[in-house]
Amino acid sequence: MSVVLDKIDQEQRRKEEQTKFAVGDTVSVHVKIREGEKERIQLYKGTVIAIKGKGATEMFTVRRISYGEGVERIFPMHSPNVVKVDVERAGKVRRAKLYYLRELSGKKSRIKERRT
Amino acid sequence: MNALIGKKIGMTRVFNDAGQQIPVTALEVGPCVVVQLKTAEKDGYNAVQIGFEDQPAKRQTKACAGHFKKNELPGKRILREVRLDTSGADFKVGDTFTASVFDGVSYVDVIGVTKGRGFQGVVRRHGMSGGRATHGSGMHRRPGSIGMKEWPARVLKGKAMPGQMGADRVTVQNLKVVQVRNDDNIVLVRGSVPGPSGAFVFVRKSLKKADKPS
Repeated sequence: MSVVLDKIDQEQRRKEEQTKFAVGDTVSVHVKIREGEKERIQLYKGTVIAIKGKGATEMFTVRRISYGEGVERIFPMHSPNVVKVDVERAGKVRRAKLYYLRELSGKKSRIKERRT
Repeated sequence: MNALIGKKIGMTRVFNDAGQQIPVTALEVGPCVVVQLKTAEKDGYNAVQIGFEDQPAKRQTKACAGHFKKNELPGKRILREVRLDTSGADFKVGDTFTASVFDGVSYVDVIGVTKGRGFQGVVRRHGMSGGRATHGSGMHRRPGSIGMKEWPARVLKGKAMPGQMGADRVTVQNLKVVQVRNDDNIVLVRGSVPGPSGAFVFVRKSLKKADKPS
């Protein structure tokens, strides 16, 4: 990458430290939502099934089952709208992308906990 | 100054105030030096000739090297003219312009040469469907019929046919200026710009979406 693009990339990254999380973790993402003039924080809890890209354009996908329907949201890692990410439970997985979870439900879609 | 010569650096994404990611192209514009002034009396029209990116005299033709030497200027690789409505009294040979020219400008037009794709068939070049692949079809990626019969007894002008694709001069109008970075001489414009990274582009203030003079 060119020096200039690298510099822009650095500037776009979030200034404060982001909680480290990995694929398979159950996280709650604190998302800033704007309703008209008011701003509030909404929690989105689910499993991280993919982390893609690098630098300021890194994205992660969080999957959850909402009212019996699978929902996936993709967040930019460095978006100012992603205020905070809390790791609720570390998962033990052997794959970098957990797209197979889309085919599974119920007991089969569980992920083992990683204990350190 | 309404336009500068620049170089496409590459694309990336930046966050806007709402936290959305905006696709941007980084363009290195300037520093551009005024090499020659063209006047109505002498040349029949008013313009400034600007040069971009240094080039040693040994890499230039004798004619070109002499053109720079006349005004004791460093040799430049690219020369372009910017037309002026009035005589170029405000400009002097040797004046330098940088990205700050685009401070406060909302929209720009970018002129570049698209990536060359060589000699391409009709499917790739004009988006024709081609024929079917199987069942004895002998018409896979062919153009099909190119006209009628005894009348008009010729192929209509502009008929889409195979040929050279790309490497065309293309103007992209009304690209939004996202950021002007004076430290690096960089302008970030929203969206894409013709040509590969490292290609020379001509960036001018938008003709159709010009800012109202304040």
